[in-house]
Amino acid sequence: MKTVKAQFGFRGGIHPQYHKDLTADLPIERLPLPRTLAVSMSQHLGAPAKCLVKKGDAVAKGQLIGERNGFISAPVHAPAAGTVTAVEPRQGPTGGWADAVVIETAEDPSGAPVLMPPLDWKTASREELLARVNDAGICGMGGAGFPSAVKLAPPPDKHCEYLILNGAECEPYLTGDCRTMIERADRIRLGVEIMRKILAGPAVRIAVEANKLASIAALEKAFADIEGNVEIVVLPTLYPQGSEKHQIYACTKRLVPPGALPISVGCVVENVGTVAALADAVENGVPLTERVTTVSGDGVARPCNVLAPVGTSYADLVAFAGGEKDGVRKVISGGPMMGFNVPSLQIATTKTTSGLLLFTAASVFQYSSSPCINCGSCVRACPMQLNPAYISRAVEANDIAMAEGFGVMNCLECGACSFSCPAYRDVTQFCRRAKASIRAKAAAKAAKK
Amino acid sequence: MLPKQTGERYLLSSSPHAHARRTVSSLMLDVLVALLPAFCCAVYFFGRRALFLAGTCIAACLVTEALCRLAMKRENTIGDLSAVLTGLLLALNLPPDLPLWMAAVGGVFAIGICKQAFGGLGYNPFNPALAARAFMLISFTGPMTTWTASAWQISAGGMDAATTATPLAFIKKGAEGFDWSQAALLKDLFFGNVNGCLGETSALALLIGACYLLCRRTITWHIPFAFIGTVFLFAMVEGGVPPLVHVLSGGVVLGACFMATDYVTSPITAKGKLIFGCGCGLVTMLIRTAPTGAYPEGVSFSILIMNAITPLINRYTQPKVFGK
Amino acid sequence: MTAILTATLVIAAVGALAALALAVADRYLAVREDPRIGLVTAALPGANCGGCGFAGCGDYARALVAGTAAPGACAPGGDAANSEIAKILGVAAEATERRVALVKCCGTRSEAIRVGDYNGICDCAAAAATAGGDKGCRYGCLGYGACANVCPKHAIRIEDGLAIVDKRLCVGCGKCVSVCPRRLIELVPASATIHVLCNNPVRGPEVTKVCGVGCIGCRLCEKNSGGKEAGHFTFNGFLAHVNYENPPADATLVAKCPRKCIKEDPHFEAGV
Ligand code: SF4
Ligand code: SF4
Ligand code: SF4
Ligand code: SF4
Repeated sequence: MKTVKAQFGFRGGIHPQYHKDLTADLPIERLPLPRTLAVSMSQHLGAPAKCLVKKGDAVAKGQLIGERNGFISAPVHAPAAGTVTAVEPRQGPTGGWADAVVIETAEDPSGAPVLMPPLDWKTASREELLARVNDAGICGMGGAGFPSAVKLAPPPDKHCEYLILNGAECEPYLTGDCRTMIERADRIRLGVEIMRKILAGPAVRIAVEANKLASIAALEKAFADIEGNVEIVVLPTLYPQGSEKHQIYACTKRLVPPGALPISVGCVVENVGTVAALADAVENGVPLTERVTTVSGDGVARPCNVLAPVGTSYADLVAFAGGEKDGVRKVISGGPMMGFNVPSLQIATTKTTSGLLLFTAASVFQYSSSPCINCGSCVRACPMQLNPAYISRAVEANDIAMAEGFGVMNCLECGACSFSCPAYRDVTQFCRRAKASIRAKAAAKAAKK
Repeated sequence: MLPKQTGERYLLSSSPHAHARRTVSSLMLDVLVALLPAFCCAVYFFGRRALFLAGTCIAACLVTEALCRLAMKRENTIGDLSAVLTGLLLALNLPPDLPLWMAAVGGVFAIGICKQAFGGLGYNPFNPALAARAFMLISFTGPMTTWTASAWQISAGGMDAATTATPLAFIKKGAEGFDWSQAALLKDLFFGNVNGCLGETSALALLIGACYLLCRRTITWHIPFAFIGTVFLFAMVEGGVPPLVHVLSGGVVLGACFMATDYVTSPITAKGKLIFGCGCGLVTMLIRTAPTGAYPEGVSFSILIMNAITPLINRYTQPKVFGK
Repeated sequence: MTAILTATLVIAAVGALAALALAVADRYLAVREDPRIGLVTAALPGANCGGCGFAGCGDYARALVAGTAAPGACAPGGDAANSEIAKILGVAAEATERRVALVKCCGTRSEAIRVGDYNGICDCAAAAATAGGDKGCRYGCLGYGACANVCPKHAIRIEDGLAIVDKRLCVGCGKCVSVCPRRLIELVPASATIHVLCNNPVRGPEVTKVCGVGCIGCRLCEKNSGGKEAGHFTFNGFLAHVNYENPPADATLVAKCPRKCIKEDPHFEAGV
């Protein structure tokens, strides 16, 4: 095992203010069990899970309440014992509506949790391990929520040569992964060994941004005596270093072609928090029902890193973080660069809620955009080397085909362009808009056929 | 009846929720600050005339901008400072003794015709200050090309003070036998001890401003580098007047660092900027050295010509997508 | 003098050559078109609205003559154009009723709450994708004018955060219907005068929380118009919908709706 500096940087990127000092040194705290949980059936990328319970049912901690429903999907488990008081559509962090199981948690949560039998990863077969990853509802906890079982079972003609652990956490404010790497480094190591087995022994690269020295030190200690080709790759602190494609490039110099998945260049990228959850699922039989969320921003009294069950309402998290300060103007689920704006605190966390940020008028404001002045800031900032200025102008003129010609489908929606635009144009939103209508068109075409 | 609003009404917007907090007006302010040294030099060399001219141009630009926006029923944009910048740049491109009313006409033309008629900042195909200057050169040819001696008379041996020509006109005339390599001449050119437009005199002051812009990342190095580099190389190959004299005299430094780098009218990608800069340098030198041409100076025209083909350059220099 | 003369002659020569080339091209390179295409194009209204699904009237005409499209898709042309085209093509025409767009929402900014202050590009789909939209009602009109922007007839205007169609200008092309992210625009017979302007099918208490004029599905309209048997209204969840096959004509229904979401011909509201 050795620690190396990343050799291959990408062009573009930005240097936002990180504000990680607010929570980077605070140990993860466990949230007291909330009275109600609203567990969404759509916490992952792909088809929502099929709900298995109805109003009035008693559920045990760890009980399966939503079944995997399709190839790209993941099961959902009850985070705590209690009674189902409703199964109804609820607005999720992304703004969309999906069925959620509302659980009134038991006063006395002493009932035995339903766990899966622990597995010894050394003796278990690859199939058993993979089935466990699936049954435990593990999915990417970095943002998109791609089901891990799908990722870890590449098509037979593809071989995974590199397993890349994403510990970049390049979003400002967020420190959940940073703390997980410090406090649960041994779990991550176990997870890596299990994943190595599932993927038939790929080389391992653990990518961490250079601003997380404590995390790097903890990982170095935990991985000191690991065998095989394992390296900690220290990435330069640059947003969006956490992007899969850029991380793969930094670690292996391989370029993922537009529209392709990492496995097409022999890589699998998984977030460090997910890897730790995977270790829990295999060794202790615990399904994924809780996660670390950073509650921060200048609108909360006591910024902190909270370990909370999935389905906790934002209001409970904020109350735990000392409450809301006066004059909050914006609530963000996730990080400030790619996170989703939510209209209220009556929204519940999911497996992908990495952060909850509250901002006052001092740090966010209503802006108005002016015409593009062609300054090129966005072009220089774009990590995908697109021309966001031209894309945004094309979309503004309702010329989606032209935006497609400029390669808008490659856009990561990372926000670097809007961040840099002196005219305050909604460049990223224009890209998102174009992508949505191109996808809708393609779907309509497919439906016709 | 509107139901009672429960809870806070937060801002809702699409990500990102963070911003570099640089605005159009802060960029324009950067350029204005960067032009300060050159403007101070102008005041130093030409006295009150420089102040009056700049004041007239800026006022004319601001008033025109405000009136145009009013007439078009659009929001007022004088706050973005782009009109102030156009006014100052125009003034720096005028000879010190131009009648003030002509300067005012130039300002009105720059904003009214060259900018707002196209829809305002962001839509103008040509650099407004330069387009106005070209217009004035044609309309007021006499006053625009007359140079009375400044308080700091040209001292460099042999460059005749009485003719009060600019160094470039002197070159064009074909100063046979003149010793171009003398250090005193270069020194004068560098520090501004020569005749010329308000902003064309001191290369040093302009370069200080350019460094400021580069440090603040308001502009990138591509256009100034390519522009000045091409002028230098061309002069070297041509073998007449020493390359440094070409670079330091006339509007090359002002044009390369402040006019050609205008965002709206120059290409958006780095590659495009290099091509643009080279093109400017080339056309400048072609005009300067053309034996039959009437103009001793070609910076303004070269930039305008390159402005015209900027869309073409943009089309062929789109960035290549990461991973392709 | 000679210079001017030469220049003139050269230009004249170039012109003559070009004219000759054009004449030759017209004679020998011309694409022979079915003459009916011209006739059909002339019969179409020339609105080029695209509502028929083709790029413009010309394209539709070509498809009609080729037999790959059926007459009747042109809403602006209406029956007159259809029968004309049918005559040219020698097929039977079917009579259709003129249809116009109806925005099934009356929750203006002063009637329906907004849960946030939207800041972003002025487009309904973009707003709907931002935290689910800033309107409290997730079925209602957002008022960012996506429909108005695509309407070839400029028949839609936005007033107090609500889209309103001018019935007289609308040609029923249906472009607005497909662009609306809330799917709340419907093409209805131009002759219908009574409409339910709501699109929210959820239970009453939920509706009244977010909108002062939302339908709660109380079925009073049905009762007042002769009951279920009369069949003037249909219900989807807690939302009334006018049965446009058999629309009600009794204008007193408007005053009797406790939620004030039944309106008489909203197209002419606000004195258009
Ligand atoms: S959001 Fe898209 S266009 Fe903008 S910088 Fe990121 S990848 Fe480039
Ligand atoms: S950053 Fe904004 S103003 Fe500059 S080129 Fe891009 S879109 Fe235009
Ligand atoms: S009717 Fe639909 S498209 Fe038109 S403004 Fe309302 S929400 Fe937007
Ligand atoms: S209102 Fe709708 S249906 Fe009517 S003309 Fe406009 S876009 Fe077409």
